[in-house]
Amino acid sequence: MAKVTIDGIEIEVEDGTTILQAARKIGGKVVPPAMCYYGPLKGSGGKCRVCLVKVTQGSAKDTRPMPKLVASCITQVQDGMVVENTTNEEVLNARKGIVEMLLINHPLDCPICDQAGECNLQDLSYEHGVSATRYEEERRTFNKVDLGPYIQLHMTRCILCYRCVYTADQLTPERVHGVLGRGDAAEIGTYIENIVDNEFSGNVIDVCPVGALTDKTWRFKNRVWFTKPLDAHRDCPTCSGKVTLWTRGDAVLRVTARKDQYNEVEEFICNTCRFDKKEVSDWTIEGPRHIDRHSVISANHYELPVINVPIVPNLPVSTKKSLPQE
Amino acid sequence: MGLKILTEHINVPGIETLEVYRKQGGYRSVEKALKTMTPDEVVEEVKTSGLRGRGGAGFPTGMKWSFLAKPEGIPRYLVCNADESEPGTFKDRWFMEHNPHALIEGMITSSYALGANTSYIYIRGELMFVLRILEKAIAEAYAAGLLGKNILGSGYSLDLHVAPGGGAYICGEETALLESLEGKRGNPRNKPPFPAVKGLFQSPTVVNNVETICAVPWIVNNTGAEYAKIGIGRSTGTKLISASGNINNPGVFEIELGVPVEEFIYSDQYCGGIWKGKQLKAVVPGGSSVPILPANLILKTAAGEDRLMTYESLADGGFVTGSMMGSGAFIVFDEDQCIVRNTWNYARFYHHESCGQCSPCREGTGWMEKVLHRIEYGHGHQQDIDLLVSVAKQIEGNTICPLGDAAAWPVAAAIRHFRDEFEWHIKHPKEATLPGAVYRGQLAEIVA
Repeated sequence: MAKVTIDGIEIEVEDGTTILQAARKIGGKVVPPAMCYYGPLKGSGGKCRVCLVKVTQGSAKDTRPMPKLVASCITQVQDGMVVENTTNEEVLNARKGIVEMLLINHPLDCPICDQAGECNLQDLSYEHGVSATRYEEERRTFNKVDLGPYIQLHMTRCILCYRCVYTADQLTPERVHGVLGRGDAAEIGTYIENIVDNEFSGNVIDVCPVGALTDKTWRFKNRVWFTKPLDAHRDCPTCSGKVTLWTRGDAVLRVTARKDQYNEVEEFICNTCRFDKKEVSDWTIEGPRHIDRHSVISANHYELPVINVPIVPNLPVSTKKSLPQE
Repeated sequence: MGLKILTEHINVPGIETLEVYRKQGGYRSVEKALKTMTPDEVVEEVKTSGLRGRGGAGFPTGMKWSFLAKPEGIPRYLVCNADESEPGTFKDRWFMEHNPHALIEGMITSSYALGANTSYIYIRGELMFVLRILEKAIAEAYAAGLLGKNILGSGYSLDLHVAPGGGAYICGEETALLESLEGKRGNPRNKPPFPAVKGLFQSPTVVNNVETICAVPWIVNNTGAEYAKIGIGRSTGTKLISASGNINNPGVFEIELGVPVEEFIYSDQYCGGIWKGKQLKAVVPGGSSVPILPANLILKTAAGEDRLMTYESLADGGFVTGSMMGSGAFIVFDEDQCIVRNTWNYARFYHHESCGQCSPCREGTGWMEKVLHRIEYGHGHQQDIDLLVSVAKQIEGNTICPLGDAAAWPVAAAIRHFRDEFEWHIKHPKEATLPGAVYRGQLAEIVA
């Protein structure tokens, strides 16, 4: 076990835990943001650099600070490590800079983007960005690409987090897409136009932190905050069948895997569950999905229990009390 | 003439052949190491020598070797980084081309020290002619029993392969190199784990530069203590310097570390002075990725002493008054060179070569290049200078690998030392964009 202090809060975690995971155990504001790290995907993390933190004390044995900011998602804790996240100006400045970089080519089409309300970059720029850009140059643009009947790629919005590539690598037998080109000319693509066609391909939509990979069966059907998320399951021979249904009235508008508060899926689901089972009768409804109050999705969703005030007979006669006179 | 270790026999006709190379005393270190020394003894000699990595980082080689994990039943690898491709750096290419057996000898001795039975020379794809020279030399070494099974009857076996890369600068970064060698996209890996623990094919691996490996035979033959006597302080031994730019004698020179920079620039033995007798304006002492220094700071340290060709002296006072030894690519600018154009040119290179894996480097390198392009072509704004400094700061230290730093440092240093030249470009867009237009204001101050 290792004791680590993050923003003044001490926690004991197992050896091998990363700073980010330790922060998540504490929860709240000390948790660094993450755009490319995705818990269930092996090898993810370290790329977007938004989770940079300052290690002001390496460990109890070696109390020297680490010379540079480190990516908290890939840096393991040491016993006695002291980390500064929200309390360090250098970290906040670096994060602000990285948000600016990420937004250089990312269009601010939130009003029409299907990811609006569920977009990690939207949250990140709200929390760490600035309202104006200093970038005057031409932005790169791409045409939309159909990756088969279910998925559409908006490369313009992609921030090259590699999550979809790892998903395809780790969940599917044949990966047909990857990163082509290098530098700011890098793009997600299939090289020769191809469709992403396998039983788990829909998961690339779930892991995409922005609106680059979108669900064609859901696009423009509704805004996410108008829908009601329900936990549901079905007996699926391919996956766990545990999903979230996004409903409006009796209509199931979208099916996704269940995600935790950090937008990471608990279990990946198959395409049959995701795209083909759009009737309420296909599912056993478990109840409303808890959505964190922090999220815009929770707007208009009242989860607090209604307090039924008991009607008490023979109430005492109320006493009249005059307000104190000045 | 200074002591020559690597280039002693470089001008001997036919030195690229095994026969001539052996006549000059070649492969003695293999016989000595394999027959009379244990691998640990070789590592100790290298540690004693104080040899530092000649690829750019300058990390002590013996210490790097001693970090190598030695788990049972798992192979170890030595990989020679011959992916030299930084602007201004051409020493390794030149050396391999002229003396391939020196590298092979170094590879055998070093592989023995590290317990590697398979080693690789990862060479830049553009250098196909050097690859063929190396392959021919390797074939000769195999035929002579210097490679393969049971080398010289010592019981030690080594297979040596040459692997050409696709020609990406990022593949010179050691973990990107390993990815490329494994047949994957050349993206740097997150560290830790370091290659010494999990490198090539998830096995412990040491990655060393060509020049570093080539220095090992001399150390084995003459002892590390003798090597440590050459040079000054922690900068021991000799160093190949690829000198280019506005000098009378561009080329590759072997220097004993500690030569004064002034002597290196003006002595006929080395650069031979500034071309056409012009004034020295600036020097990039260690390859395009290291900070540029104006004439006054390249000749004298912050304390007013002579600046020396050593790791420490070139880094004197950090980047405010110093720079880095880097790969030893000494690029000289005379008074007629435009710093803005040069900085834009470097930025163009790093923009093109960024792998695109991490956000600050992917987006920042392109941003800097575009702003510099604007300034150079007369469309810059006054605030662009501070913007460049800010973007460079946002990249520096925040990336997965050092390419981000390599892109940011030249820009930050050029503005730090030649800010008025940038301002002049912005204030005088018509004059500044004329061919051959150079701002001379600061130069006048330097000369005065």
